[in-house]
Amino acid sequence: MTDSVVLGLELAYWQQSILRVIGVLVAVLLPAGTFVYVFLFKMVSFMQSRLGPMEAGPFGSLQLLAEVGKWLQKEDITPERADRVLFKMAPYLVVGTVLLTYMVVPFGPDLHLAKFDTGIFFALAVSSISSLGVLLAGWASANKYSLIGGLRAAGQLIAYELPMILAVVGVVIQAGTMNMSGIVAAQAGGSIFGVDIIGNPFFITQFVGFVVFMIAVQAELGQTPFDMPIAESELVTGYLTEYSGIRFLLFFIGEFAAAGAFSAIAATLFLGGWAVPSAWVELDNNIFNLLGPIILLTKMMLIGGFIFFIRFTYPRFREDQLQRLAWTVLIPISLANILVTTVLKVAF
Amino acid sequence: MTAVSDRQKLAYVNSQAADGRVNLEFETEEGMTLNLGPQHPATHGTLRIVVKLDGEQVLSCEPVMGYMHRGYEKLTEVRTYPQVTTLINRIDWLGSFANEVPFILAAEKLMEIEAPPRAQWIRTILFELSRIANISLFVGDMALHIGAMTAAFYAFRDREFVLNQIESATGGRFHPNFNRIGGLKDDLPKGWVADTKASLERIRDFCDEMEILVEGNEIFQARTRGIGVIPSEIALQFGLSGANLRASGVDWDLRRDQPVGLVWDKVDWKVITHPDGDSFARFWVRLQEIRESCNIVEQLLDGLPAGPYMAKVPRVIKVPEGEAWVATENPLGEMGYYLVSQGGLGPFRVKIRTASFNNVSVVPWVCRGVYVPDVVTILASLYFILGDIDR
Repeated sequence: MTDSVVLGLELAYWQQSILRVIGVLVAVLLPAGTFVYVFLFKMVSFMQSRLGPMEAGPFGSLQLLAEVGKWLQKEDITPERADRVLFKMAPYLVVGTVLLTYMVVPFGPDLHLAKFDTGIFFALAVSSISSLGVLLAGWASANKYSLIGGLRAAGQLIAYELPMILAVVGVVIQAGTMNMSGIVAAQAGGSIFGVDIIGNPFFITQFVGFVVFMIAVQAELGQTPFDMPIAESELVTGYLTEYSGIRFLLFFIGEFAAAGAFSAIAATLFLGGWAVPSAWVELDNNIFNLLGPIILLTKMMLIGGFIFFIRFTYPRFREDQLQRLAWTVLIPISLANILVTTVLKVAF
Repeated sequence: MTAVSDRQKLAYVNSQAADGRVNLEFETEEGMTLNLGPQHPATHGTLRIVVKLDGEQVLSCEPVMGYMHRGYEKLTEVRTYPQVTTLINRIDWLGSFANEVPFILAAEKLMEIEAPPRAQWIRTILFELSRIANISLFVGDMALHIGAMTAAFYAFRDREFVLNQIESATGGRFHPNFNRIGGLKDDLPKGWVADTKASLERIRDFCDEMEILVEGNEIFQARTRGIGVIPSEIALQFGLSGANLRASGVDWDLRRDQPVGLVWDKVDWKVITHPDGDSFARFWVRLQEIRESCNIVEQLLDGLPAGPYMAKVPRVIKVPEGEAWVATENPLGEMGYYLVSQGGLGPFRVKIRTASFNNVSVVPWVCRGVYVPDVVTILASLYFILGDIDR
């Protein structure tokens, strides 16, 4: 983990640390901003037969900066009866967990912020902390809508963490490692029944796991079929109701950065991550430290487009229907998936 | 012990006083009281619903009305008859043209004038167009309340085709103020009939789209089927009307049963009913009614008679002494005016019967034991306009 050579440069530990901090911030903010502009502003506008932002910059591409500027100027209000410490802490907790999630995602052969042997385990464990931030926000706001929203988020977390982890277990069994770089290598160098022209992207061989994982991601992110914690038409805006100014902005960044983080994890687990199939080109090349992030971002955009397409097409479940879906459909399916994967893994 | 400021004490006393005025018990031993409204996205306006909750389950539910009361019944007493239509336009602001018609018909009934056939025909066409404009918004609104945002935008987009036609005929998109006692302000513009037929095609496409996007959606059905069931006898007891009543299986439509002064009996159409009485049935009935309205308008456009659009009326309108009650089937349900005249320039007293007031009264009955998200779907499916509740 602490090898002193980064991208072929000999760097001291403090220099590496600065590079890592900058790297995480870029890795979080760049996809989050891209997601907001491309999906929330533009794709949705075209789906809903409107133009979206057009004034700020070419095709409204600077709209996000304008919005950020607006939020920074707004008054940061804390309700009189709120639990002030928790209320102020909650958004940082949400954003912080997203930053940690990105740490284990590999962007190239040498481009990883931290190299854990249990990378995917760490990512899933850390990402569920953000729901704690949401629960804190709901409780500390001293608002009944916020409280209901926060409690719904907590219920959702418990219900959907399980199928997500179980879906990942299939991938881990097939790849034989929990290391994210190892999973990428297993897909790039793998083969499906001896055919290795496209490697072995796990969204084909682990299709059931992929579907379960995407549904669970949708719920984990609180996107529309499962957006009960926010539920604009019922709970005003759920746990966000009392937030304004920079704290609202942090929640907003957290939401879209989390969408980016889960797209990155899904792209790494199921679409081959930063790599292309190794039948095409030799992957152990320094050029992939440059191309890798671009390839990964492309795959993230595919996943993200899918997430937001679902978000703006479907209506919302009710809380009890969501729980029923998780416990009676998704968890049995993913358990069966693990069983079948194990048997096939031993058989072949 | 937290210190309570004077401001908090005052706010508490004020809130208690406000709740005392509307006979609501705000502090309860069991569960939590949640105030849906007066400012809440689901009530699209200022309806306040006080919900007592056990977890997410509703123990009891009480609508509080009157936050938007504008005193129209009283205001009509100090206005002349032609001025009243401007005012009553704003009762159900999504189907304004339909609001004017029963009042004008009541005045005509007292004056013993009958509008010429062409005026009757055009009135019926515009009446149905405002119904389409009103209900197509409902379709999007219901989807929005269940969380499907895109359908709402489609509804706003396609409703525009109808509003454009209303505007080109009357000059006003929302508040036409087009009826006069004895006829209409103006004739139809050139080419209006063909344009309207073209926009009806768009509305039919919109219905197809909504059937696929919203009605056929599994999640939508899971959220609406079997939720908020109103049996027909309960619906009759609470005085529901319009699509809410027809969705409970009661075959009752004033357009067919008493077509006073308008020409629905001249065309071929059918009354849509659904036996279930749940939220889905109310959505389905309204969506089908848009199609029926398209049929009605199309047939009326084909049979539009020539002739004058205004009967002979005196220059200064004085309605002779008497009382009249006229009700029509408005987009939201039965809307009626009880008009009392003492022979003056304006009405002596007007009682307005609006559909939404009665439709909302069933909320406490139907919302017991459901979950909070279902309260929102039920409210959306009952479809009320705040101006129509409080007037």
